[in-house]
Amino acid sequence: MKGSDLISQAKNTWCPGCGNFVVQHALKDVLIRMHDAGHQIEKFVLVAGIGQHAKIFDFMNLNGFYSLHGRTIPVATGIRVANPDLKVLCIAGDGDCYAEGLDHLIFAAKRNVDITVIVNDNRVYGLTTGQFTPTSFSGFRGRSTPDGENESPLNPLLLVLSAGATFIARGYTGRREQLKDLIGMALEHRGFSIVEVLQICATYNDLSGYYNERVYTWDEDGVSDFNSAFNKAREWDYNTDARIGLGVLYRQDKPLFEESYPVPARPAISDRHEAIRKFLKERA
Amino acid sequence: MAEGEVSVIIGGKAGEGISSAGQVTAQLLSYLGYRVHMYLDYPSLIKGGHNYCVVRGTTGYVGAIRDKADCLVALDKNSIDRHARSLLPGGALIYNADTVRSGMGNNGTAVHVSAILSAETAPEVMANSAMIGAFAKVAGIVWHDVEEVFRKALMKAADLNLRVAGRAYREASNQLSVPRLNQPVLPVVTGNEAIALGLIEGGLEVYYGYPMSPMSSLLHFLAKTSRDFHVRTVQPESEIAVVLMALGSAYAGTKAAVGTSGGGFCLMTEGISLAGIAEIPVVIVLGQRTGPSTGLATYTAQSDLHFALNAGQGDVPKCILAPGDAGEARELSALAMDIAWAYQIPVIVLSDKLISEGMFSIGPEPKIPALRSLVGNEEPEGPYLRYRITGSGISPLRFPPLAGGIVRVNSHVHSEDGITTEEPEMTQAMADKRQKKMEVLSREIEDLSPVAVGGDPDAITGLLAWGSNKWVCNEAGEQLGLRVVRPKIIWPFPAREFASAMKGVTELYAVETNETAQFARYASLFGYRTKGNVLKYDGRPFTVEELVRELEKAIS
Repeated sequence: MKGSDLISQAKNTWCPGCGNFVVQHALKDVLIRMHDAGHQIEKFVLVAGIGQHAKIFDFMNLNGFYSLHGRTIPVATGIRVANPDLKVLCIAGDGDCYAEGLDHLIFAAKRNVDITVIVNDNRVYGLTTGQFTPTSFSGFRGRSTPDGENESPLNPLLLVLSAGATFIARGYTGRREQLKDLIGMALEHRGFSIVEVLQICATYNDLSGYYNERVYTWDEDGVSDFNSAFNKAREWDYNTDARIGLGVLYRQDKPLFEESYPVPARPAISDRHEAIRKFLKERA
Repeated sequence: MAEGEVSVIIGGKAGEGISSAGQVTAQLLSYLGYRVHMYLDYPSLIKGGHNYCVVRGTTGYVGAIRDKADCLVALDKNSIDRHARSLLPGGALIYNADTVRSGMGNNGTAVHVSAILSAETAPEVMANSAMIGAFAKVAGIVWHDVEEVFRKALMKAADLNLRVAGRAYREASNQLSVPRLNQPVLPVVTGNEAIALGLIEGGLEVYYGYPMSPMSSLLHFLAKTSRDFHVRTVQPESEIAVVLMALGSAYAGTKAAVGTSGGGFCLMTEGISLAGIAEIPVVIVLGQRTGPSTGLATYTAQSDLHFALNAGQGDVPKCILAPGDAGEARELSALAMDIAWAYQIPVIVLSDKLISEGMFSIGPEPKIPALRSLVGNEEPEGPYLRYRITGSGISPLRFPPLAGGIVRVNSHVHSEDGITTEEPEMTQAMADKRQKKMEVLSREIEDLSPVAVGGDPDAITGLLAWGSNKWVCNEAGEQLGLRVVRPKIIWPFPAREFASAMKGVTELYAVETNETAQFARYASLFGYRTKGNVLKYDGRPFTVEELVRELEKAIS
């Protein structure tokens, strides 16, 4: 299997220079690597929300569920409940995952369901042409806030850390090789994994210069220590000027959600009917 | 007492076990060969307040209550104040002597509950067993039968409960005649239990639910019986997650269902629309309660008909079924699963508080019709196309992992391979495909006995009924000589069978528990206009006498 086998014939409609290309090709390379290591590509399912990020659904040759805005994670959870043999990957956006579907993100982390969530965080709504999102800088001037909004951004890393995520990483579309490694590690992680991707929006929010000056790579010492992760995550609050760490923030082992819902052997229809007859006999 | 007919009211405070007392009483009557129905009336609180249930036993199937009772079992004074006027002449009052000084004119049966409990060192929660013991004696039920039913109904704690009941039984004296009937004993279940059985018979593998009255007990029942029936239950964070998880499971080939009431159904509508365009099977049980909004959390209504019909943006292909009691709830829930998976659409089972939380005798074997049209499962040439356009509109359904194939489902308008498109031709072709499925389904449902006729089937004056008004309408129809026409499959509308059921009817009156005659409005879309509507919207069910009175007024 070649990388090009994973790219569909659908016409790509992202803006030139869009960070989504970087995520798409990083994912493609990771999947090829995993395929070569023995994973079956037909066991991967890509669940997309709604937003520019989600168009990756059309552009990849993968099983997929093109869901609703904010609703990648519940769909992915349902897929895992049905068949824990499938590798389920959500591609979500910041508006998608941190606004409309925030509850699902928190609960997936809390449950430690074995899915990977990649959040293409460009800190702006692209598809709807440039409004502020939960991670936009304070004072963001967009079409819905011409005078600048007065809210503070969410720090998604702190959020998922406190909710119980067992693999948390931050990548940047300006650091492709690292991003690839982070996505690969997330997919290999057993449990809920999230890769928060700082992604530039070439049209509405090109923060390349800002990020390039500030990003550095975290060392991985104490990567399973909650307090250490907490402090690292607080270094940059997505608003005030600070260094911006990239890499794996936190990694932990916890029992999986799916283990509390083991798939029972499919009972014969006659067994179920017998169980019903038994129940009704007790009620007669 | 009327022959083969007995009604018992049991009242007390919340937390005194009124529901379980009603259940045991219903099972006791059932054990004597009666067909039984229980209506449970309780406010939305945990302790205190006033709870009561009406248990009615008759010779034939039953699903409605009457105004008057043969026996009132009062665990507190309030129950006497509220229900004494419902006692028939010659009816029996049984009261808890600890909380009620004396019965009406001292002719009731006093049960010395605390003395009995302390003699047996039994906990306070067993007070209801003492009351049932007294009832059994008053009703002339032999002790052996009480013993049998307690052992079945209470399992683990049966012995102590029986000792408590036995003391009250021996202290009371016989007053009524509730003879054993010479007919087979039938199982007694709640509507939600029947729905669960039907879903299981339809192949249910995983049930997602967020707690909400009156559907929580469906989640509870399936959770409790998970090992017996091999159904997994999951309680997600919201009804949005509930329906989307179900769609995720169905995408991966696992049969899922969900249940909720109006408020949760509001949140589910985006998922229903998604199921429509993405062609993913899912069954949604909608247990209606009094609305709008939070309304009356623990009382009934039939006011979500148009909401269900119109749930989801766009022209959503779907199917809506409305059972009239537990037996039908079982059959139609199984059918709902079959239709959902055969046609790859969302199917809504419209229940309400009366059905879901009521108890009913049900027949031992359900009649679940086999669908004829499991079309689209032939293996076509070429690559797998999730939305292959076929003559029936139904595409072959496959699940990941699919060797050599890709399974894509999409909330956008899409091509046959599931990839998004905005082309006008494909947009129209996919809309036609979805509507084609509805045409095939419309034809098929006509052969599934979608419309029931009750009351006097030859009468020219008709009652238009649906859902839980089945039995109250049938009884009123028999008394007044009215033909009850009641669709069980609501959407697609069974035009042929409805016309056949209506043949010869010259005047039609709708009976509904909502304030705007929702079904009458719906029927008018198909050219059926009602001359008048008898509506009730106080959260409570029609009693038979009440409906007869209201119909006499409306029709004269």
